[in-house]
Amino acid sequence: MSEGHSTYTPKTGLGRWFDARMPLPRLVYDSFVAYPVPRNLNYMWTFGGILSIMLVSQILTGIVLAMHYTSDTTLAFDSVEKIMRDVNSGWLLRYLHSNGASFFFVAVYIHIFRGLFYGSYKTPRELLWILGCIIYLLMMATGFMGYVLPWGQMSFWGATVITGFFSAIPLVGNWIQELLLGGFAVDNPTLNRFFALHYLLPFMIAGVVVLHIWALHVVGQSNPTGIEVKSKTDTVAFTPYATIKDAFGMIVFLFVFAYFVFYLPNFLGHPDNYTVANPLKTPAHIVPEWYFLPFYAILRAITFNIGPINSKLGGVLCMFGAIAMLFLVPWLDTSKVRSAVYRPWYKLFFWLFVADAILLGWLGSQPAEGSYVFMAQMATLFYFAFFLVVMPVLGLIETPRRLPNSITEAVLEKKNKGAGGHPAGAVSAPETKG
Amino acid sequence: MKKILTSLALLGLVVAGTAAIAEEEHNAAAPTHFPINEPKEMSWSFAGPFGTYDKAQLQRGLKVYKEVCSACHSMNLVAFRTLEGLGYSEAQVKTLAAEYTIHDGPNDAGDMFDRPGKPSDHFPAPFPNEQAAASANGGAAPPDMSLLAKARGVERGFPRFVFDIFTQYAQGGPDYIHSLLTGYDQTPPAGMVIPEGTHYNPYFLSGVSLKMPKPLSDGQVTYDDGSPQTVDQYSRDVSAFLMWAAEPHLEDRKKTGFRVLVFLLLFGALVYLTKRKVWAEVAH
Repeated sequence: MSEGHSTYTPKTGLGRWFDARMPLPRLVYDSFVAYPVPRNLNYMWTFGGILSIMLVSQILTGIVLAMHYTSDTTLAFDSVEKIMRDVNSGWLLRYLHSNGASFFFVAVYIHIFRGLFYGSYKTPRELLWILGCIIYLLMMATGFMGYVLPWGQMSFWGATVITGFFSAIPLVGNWIQELLLGGFAVDNPTLNRFFALHYLLPFMIAGVVVLHIWALHVVGQSNPTGIEVKSKTDTVAFTPYATIKDAFGMIVFLFVFAYFVFYLPNFLGHPDNYTVANPLKTPAHIVPEWYFLPFYAILRAITFNIGPINSKLGGVLCMFGAIAMLFLVPWLDTSKVRSAVYRPWYKLFFWLFVADAILLGWLGSQPAEGSYVFMAQMATLFYFAFFLVVMPVLGLIETPRRLPNSITEAVLEKKNKGAGGHPAGAVSAPETKG
Repeated sequence: MKKILTSLALLGLVVAGTAAIAEEEHNAAAPTHFPINEPKEMSWSFAGPFGTYDKAQLQRGLKVYKEVCSACHSMNLVAFRTLEGLGYSEAQVKTLAAEYTIHDGPNDAGDMFDRPGKPSDHFPAPFPNEQAAASANGGAAPPDMSLLAKARGVERGFPRFVFDIFTQYAQGGPDYIHSLLTGYDQTPPAGMVIPEGTHYNPYFLSGVSLKMPKPLSDGQVTYDDGSPQTVDQYSRDVSAFLMWAAEPHLEDRKKTGFRVLVFLLLFGALVYLTKRKVWAEVAH
């Protein structure tokens, strides 16, 4: 929706002066006021905005925490406790930051599943999607390194296990692992470089977010019907329409976030991380943060050798492969129809995939023994089959439902149907009003 | 939305079903999963959205810590000055701190010296270092108690951890400590091997028995407020005290949280009504 020239007209002399020299107000006006958005966006489309405020919140709380944190193995744990006990509102900053990471991932997973459901990755939005995948990858690196900083038992042992993956790579594996650790084991150099990188990566995320939004503003937003915008009646102005809807979505999200921060601040963490790291004492079960659990389950599901690939390397390949699948999605999906709304079979498999991802997450939190291993193997098989078999094949054989001719037509159809069934309008279910 | 809900319900069933399959058979004499018994859920004054510490209970808990636990367990992160949070006055805290001897120095002559404690000091540790603590306690150093109430917790499992979100269950630590302290004196199942020098306790998180012998007995600590002088009461009080030690700003957190949520609720309602008004004329 880059077409259509700017409608910004500065009203004051100062405004005209700026506009002739550096048209920043024009950029803001064109991007966040006049920018046309499809009129049928539902609340799933508010997560982009939610993710931006989470990123800003993480950076702000993180900078203040860094003012009080000490990245030395003998002091790190106590410095975090100093923040919790003695720094003014330190407990709030720290809980906002640690739970903020979790809720950042909650939002990003909803955002990604939204994209998978509505086919948001399809041409011309491949690059937009890939930029999103890069952000997700950077988030994972940032989240992992951030979890190491409090220097608790899970910090230490999580770092030991995860950096250990790299040693499985043939030839260069050990070299990569030693480079990451700054030595042969997780120690002071590891903590220091993780702190430096944990401070750096969020700004890189912010940079890629700018590219992500730039790409979005070139190709325009997708929408629940998956039909491209065809006329002016298909869209509404970003302000006030999207602004107010995003604002409401953000407040609801912040409500849930605040509920955890203030009432269940340690619900998503592991008790072992309140014990200072001890290289001589391995915890009974080493588990990563919840947002890595599905990939952890995939890693541990590979218990067998495949030809020259031993089970360790196989697990690592599958784990990274599971993330790599996301990058390939624009080309794996062969369907001409974007939205799952019009694809009954894809819709079914999509929800099975969601169930599979949650099952993998639960299996990741359980010990890798007995029947859990078999379940994890089956769930891993389905995970890959969804991308490599279901996506390409369904697109070729599935008969999609009839598509409306335009967004406006779809909206009016829905309105007429809604008017028949619910004369009072959607009083009870605002989320379906979308 | 209905479809999403149905799908979620189905998904729940699938997960619950697989969880049931995963349940393994279990041999009483050689258990493979710990603790053998789950912690008993007690009622705590600091639970729930409006929870507050019971200051009298915290003071009793401190007494138990001082007279019993502190013989072996350090509490390195807790400063005397913070004990004002237990309802003590500044003068009382000063007196309390002065009861302790703090090793300090070097002074101007370069010598280390002992002096009475000040409110800014932390609780002194019972052993000079971890090795000394381990060697005096049969090879295992007693854990520091500052964060014990947050560093211990038995996994809740599916689906209980989902319900915990709504019931705000965050007392796994104190429940565990209370159960462990009251869980001694039980006869192990026939055939169970209890390693020499350890003590059977079915509530212990990581085995059938632990090095720590039963630390509390009835009447051991004298309460002057008429509370029962039983192991159960001591255990409750010291667990509550340890929760305070681990999370001294809990009351502040919950109080702030309530205001934040009320604000978000009202603000959200206003924004929602505005949104309705803005979109009223646009079919979407």
